[in-house]
Amino acid sequence: MSFELETATVASDNLRRVAIDPVSRVEGHGKVTILLDEHNKVHQVRLHIVEFRGFERFVQGRPYWELPVMVQRLCGICPVSHHLAASKALDVIVGADRPTPTAEKMRRLMHYGQILQSHALHFFHLSSPDLLFGFDSEVAQRNIVGVAAKYPDIAKKGILLRKYGQEVIRHTAGKRVHGTGSIPGGVNKSLTGGERAELLKDAYQMIAWSRDAVKIIRELHEQNPALYDSFGNFPSNFMGMVAPDGSLDLYHGVLRAKDAAGNILFDHVDYQTYDTLITEEVKPWSYMKFPYFTSMGPEQGWYKVGPLARVQNCDSIPTPFAEHERREFVAYAGGKPMHATLGFHWARMIEMLFAAETIKALLHDDDIEGSDLVVTGERRREGVGVIEAPRGTLFHHYQVDDDDLVTMANLIVSTTNNNQAMNTAVREVARQYLDGKEITEGLLNHIEVAIRAYDPCLSCATHALGKMPLEVTLVDAEGQELDRKYKH
Amino acid sequence: MSTATQDAAVGTTPRKLKVATVSLAGCFGCHMSFLDIDERILPLLELVEFDRSPITDIKHCGACDIGLIEGGVCNAENVHVLREFRANCKVLIALGACAVNGGLPAQRNHLQIADILQQVYRTGHGLAEGSQIPNDPELPLPLNQVHPVHEVVKIDYFLPGCPPSGDAIWVFLTQLIEGREPALGHGLLHYD
Ligand code: SF4
Repeated sequence: MSFELETATVASDNLRRVAIDPVSRVEGHGKVTILLDEHNKVHQVRLHIVEFRGFERFVQGRPYWELPVMVQRLCGICPVSHHLAASKALDVIVGADRPTPTAEKMRRLMHYGQILQSHALHFFHLSSPDLLFGFDSEVAQRNIVGVAAKYPDIAKKGILLRKYGQEVIRHTAGKRVHGTGSIPGGVNKSLTGGERAELLKDAYQMIAWSRDAVKIIRELHEQNPALYDSFGNFPSNFMGMVAPDGSLDLYHGVLRAKDAAGNILFDHVDYQTYDTLITEEVKPWSYMKFPYFTSMGPEQGWYKVGPLARVQNCDSIPTPFAEHERREFVAYAGGKPMHATLGFHWARMIEMLFAAETIKALLHDDDIEGSDLVVTGERRREGVGVIEAPRGTLFHHYQVDDDDLVTMANLIVSTTNNNQAMNTAVREVARQYLDGKEITEGLLNHIEVAIRAYDPCLSCATHALGKMPLEVTLVDAEGQELDRKYKH
Repeated sequence: MSTATQDAAVGTTPRKLKVATVSLAGCFGCHMSFLDIDERILPLLELVEFDRSPITDIKHCGACDIGLIEGGVCNAENVHVLREFRANCKVLIALGACAVNGGLPAQRNHLQIADILQQVYRTGHGLAEGSQIPNDPELPLPLNQVHPVHEVVKIDYFLPGCPPSGDAIWVFLTQLIEGREPALGHGLLHYD
């Protein structure tokens, strides 16, 4: 099926192609193509995911215990999410139905460290230039370097918030990027008293700076509601994981979805059954699949995940400052769900505050120095692990044979869940801002601003593989043939 | 920061070195590790200026002093970008395991690409009925195998590790900027 502006209805040789290639200040590899007629009327807009890697296939045949360290190499921005989602799936396979308190809290600490660093990176390093300087500001200034020159205090806080999150990860996982702390059934280390003290030392400062960050984005909304409330605003369903009591929990819980008006579509769903809820559609022009709720079909059943969905999907946030900010957010939206694309940033900063507060609470819990690290139980052949990664719900599903080798892997990464929403966002923005205008770099950046709000990890999303009906030959510096691409 | 670098930064304000970075078939972890130099990025910015990089909006590499390549080569687009970097950068560096030897994505090299495609897009778990393999001309042509970058262009330095640590990247870059031959001592060079 095809959405409005997804596929031009006039012959494409009568249209002019404009490409944003690569989309920048996002993680991963993507491009946008726009087809326009001679009056600059927009006929087609697509966000393409252009790379493939094939993880789902090449982990087959590997021993299952390699998975947490292998699959995190899908993505260096949120490796902890893959590390933990794989570990959670493997908990099911090794029968570790109840990891020890130390294991669970160490993993939570690692995860909230990841939420903190990734949200800080996304907001300060990648998106703040658009928000602080304007969407069509000078290209040379529109980056973190420009922010550091004009707003050194904001840039510095962003850098240090990210650093702190990375340090939490290093102490829990052993390494800042691609650590090894989580294993099937538990973890392989707890914190020492020294590590705990070192992290606690700065924990309160991080909460204070996270509160400042929420304030920055809230004020941007309040100062310019005409832009912030309408830019890329479109209704959709929301999905995310919540704790069984309905509060926000990014590590473990049950699946809940709401429709565009905020009515519950499903709730308390055990994620082991995720594949009865979701179907993935493939489109010829992107390597990233398009998931939708099976019961509603591809046209009605697509949804948003990530901060904007989560902050509105939950009933409360279990830490005081973040809960206060959640209420402010809900009040601003006037009791109706907020669908404005830039609302993602506001929700993201509320989550960053929640992460900072949760890290502090976990660091005060003596269980994180415990020595009871791993449990096992009745071995199973199949398991699903789900986590709320920085960008949204992340599914890992594995089957393992009697020789402990992986026989099936299915991943739905956060950004894939947002695929249709991102495509709708860029079409909305093209319609709002580009239609009928002379295309400028600044106007094209509006499209990227919409994509950046989702903080897409196009890196994660490139785990699939594709082929083309053409052939190219790769030759080395001496003209020797190195490779030939797959022929259709 | 070493005194030599500070000296270079004061006085006759020498031209800033231009640095470009790109991720080919990598996971962005090497870029993250670059950012793991943390607040040292601020003094670094006194010495260098970023050209094309995922953190700027410059989409094509101009004339540069230093180019950092993350990731191996898995499709025709990667080949094109890598050659663009070689043509524009005086010094080209393979940053991390994927660029140095293909890394984890090269695990697909022993498999038939047709099989993988088939499994991911046609017979995979939970797909809509009738799903076909993507085949739009906008999608770059995948190569049969993932290649290390030195198989395609000449590379001046190799920085191993998955990823190389922030400290390793910092030491390497500051030495290079000071005009010294980079040498990573014990503890910085690793091959995970
Ligand atoms: S070397 Fe490691 S960290 Fe760097 S891109 Fe490859 S997988 Fe990611």
